[in-house]
Amino acid sequence: MHACLADLASELGQNAWESGASRIFLRVREAGERVEIECRDNGCGMDAATAGRVFDPRFSDARKHPDRRFGLGLPFVKQTAEATGGDARLETRPGNGCAVIAVFGRRHVDLPPLGDLPAAFAGLMAFEGEYELTIERERDGRSYRVRRSELRAALGELRSAPALSMAKDWLASHEEAAQGKGNHHGSNDT
Amino acid sequence: MAPMTLDELRKLRESKRREFAQRTEGEGRTEIVIGMGTCGIAAGAKAAFSAIVDQVALHGLENVVVKQTGCMGLCAAEPTVEVVRPGMPGVVYGRVDEEVGRQIVDRHLLKGELLGEHLFDKPAADLLRPASGRA
Repeated sequence: MHACLADLASELGQNAWESGASRIFLRVREAGERVEIECRDNGCGMDAATAGRVFDPRFSDARKHPDRRFGLGLPFVKQTAEATGGDARLETRPGNGCAVIAVFGRRHVDLPPLGDLPAAFAGLMAFEGEYELTIERERDGRSYRVRRSELRAALGELRSAPALSMAKDWLASHEEAAQGKGNHHGSNDT
Repeated sequence: MAPMTLDELRKLRESKRREFAQRTEGEGRTEIVIGMGTCGIAAGAKAAFSAIVDQVALHGLENVVVKQTGCMGLCAAEPTVEVVRPGMPGVVYGRVDEEVGRQIVDRHLLKGELLGEHLFDKPAADLLRPASGRA
């Protein structure tokens, strides 16, 4: 399963993009005793019967892989949330997008490390197609926010590896500030 | 380091692009496609993505495009990375960690060598049929 919270954020962002969304909102927030990962999209959404099964690892809509019947992404999110005393829930309607809100116990011994959020965010900026992705990151009152369109305007494009590397560096500089590490470069991997 | 502004990012990008332009002139475009399905993410695809884009940037290869895709069925071999370089067959590498990611850039992209020990042919047979997923 996923080794860090940044992987769970990647998972939710990738799901949102696959839903055909033109707008995606992703927030990773650490405050008080909680860590929250929230992802909202305006993609295809799903009906109640499907929504009721998405946290079941033996369920997949089989759209991508007709002969495979596992869908582990959301079950991983829920399992991790519950293991830390939190929970994950889904709000959706057909044609009206999805919201997944996962809450984790911040002090819980089973909370995975945060991981490399700048790499996760940069990766989510790099999918193909026209979509707006808004990232919000908050840690104990320190925060940053960026939209895909802003990074693309600054970099000219978000397809070449050099542009993506710079997007990652930009995000890392803000992540360091949010974490109160003002004086050195370095990975956010823990 | 203080948080970088978007304007500083734009200026940095412009200066790097000018610096790199001469190195990549006249070459075709290389595509690197990283599997970002649940299996890929769980196996460390994000670290591979990060290492590859940084290594490409280090060498200033402006003509390398990075894309991401979902699971291609080789879940046991994740993270998987497909490389399509002009003049070479398109290949899929498996078990690509950060070090292998850097080697893909240094050996496959720069020297035109295949990394035989990480090579896979193509997606698993049961997935080689038209799917209705997003193009």
